[in-house]
Amino acid sequence: MRRAPLPDDALDATDRAILNALQEGFPIAERPFAEAGAEFGLSEEALIDRLAHLREIGAITRFGPFFDAVAMGGAFCLCAMEVPRARFDEVMTLVNEHPEVAHNYERDHRLNMWFVLAAETPEGITSIADQIEQETGLTVFRFPKLKEFFVGFRVAV
Amino acid sequence: MSIDDIDRRVIAATQAGLPLCPRPYAQIARQIGIDEAELRARMAAMLERGVIRRIALAPNHYALGMVANGMSVWDVEDAQAEALGEKVGALEFVSHSYLRPRAEGWPYNMFAMVHGSSREEVERKRAEIAALLGPACRASDILYSTRILKKTGLRLRGEG
Repeated sequence: MRRAPLPDDALDATDRAILNALQEGFPIAERPFAEAGAEFGLSEEALIDRLAHLREIGAITRFGPFFDAVAMGGAFCLCAMEVPRARFDEVMTLVNEHPEVAHNYERDHRLNMWFVLAAETPEGITSIADQIEQETGLTVFRFPKLKEFFVGFRVAV
Repeated sequence: MSIDDIDRRVIAATQAGLPLCPRPYAQIARQIGIDEAELRARMAAMLERGVIRRIALAPNHYALGMVANGMSVWDVEDAQAEALGEKVGALEFVSHSYLRPRAEGWPYNMFAMVHGSSREEVERKRAEIAALLGPACRASDILYSTRILKKTGLRLRGEG
C-alpha cells in the first residue's frame, strides 16, 4: 500500500467528489457505474476510468463490499500489551506467530503493542489471548468493540 | 445472521473488490456459476442483514496526505457515551469511532481514529473533539503508531 502522499495536483475536484460520495455506498444494479456516474455528471465509462486511475495511483485501497466479519460468524477483538522494551522483539515474534493476529502495531504508550485478534468464535478469542498470556507472561488487555460509529473520511473538495 | 454456501462463494469472489467493468455483478455471477439476478438479490439481502456493511471505496489516508494518524482515546461518562460517539464519528477528520470496555489502568471507553497531515494538525483536531465532549469527558490520551509489526487481510474460514 502506498504510504507517501500524492502530489497536490494528483486529484481534481471530480476525483475528490468521487472519493467522498463512494465511501457512502455504491448501487447494486445491472449497470451500477452508469447509475453512480450520473451523480457526478460522468458517463459509465468515465467513472470506471477514474476509479481505475484512482486505484492505480494508490488513492483507493479497496473498492467493493465491506463485510461484517461478526455477521459472517467470526469474532474480533482489539488487544493491547505492555511489553518491556528489552523483550519487544521476542514478544512480537510470539504474538505474530499466531495466524489469528490480523494486524499488529507498535504505539508510543505504556501499552505499546496493539493487535487485532480474529477467530471463528468469541471463545476462540479468549483462548488465543490466554495462550499469548501464557507464552509471554504478560497481560493481554482486551478491548472488544461494543459499538461502532462510521461515517467515513472526507477529503476537501 | 447465517450465510449459506452460495453466500460464502459470493463473499470469496468479491472480497478483493468489485471488477471495474460495466456489469461487475454479471462478471462475479459468471465466476461463481449463478445468474446475475440471484447474485444481486443475495448481495442486497446480505446488505439488508448487515453481513455486507456497505459497498463502497476505501480511501488511502496516506496517499491523500493524511500521514499523521492517531488513535485518540476518551473516558466519557457512560450515560452519554453513545450519543457522543455518534457525534465524534460524524466529524470529517474521524474515520471511525468505537465504544469499548475499560480495563484496569485504562479508563478510556471511546476510541476515535484521527487523521491529519501532521501531528500538530491531529492535536488540533483532538482539541476539537475535547471541546465537543465537554464535561462528559474526564480524561483522554492519544496513541500514535510508530511501526506496523504485522498486517494481513481478513481471512475467511472455509476458503483454503
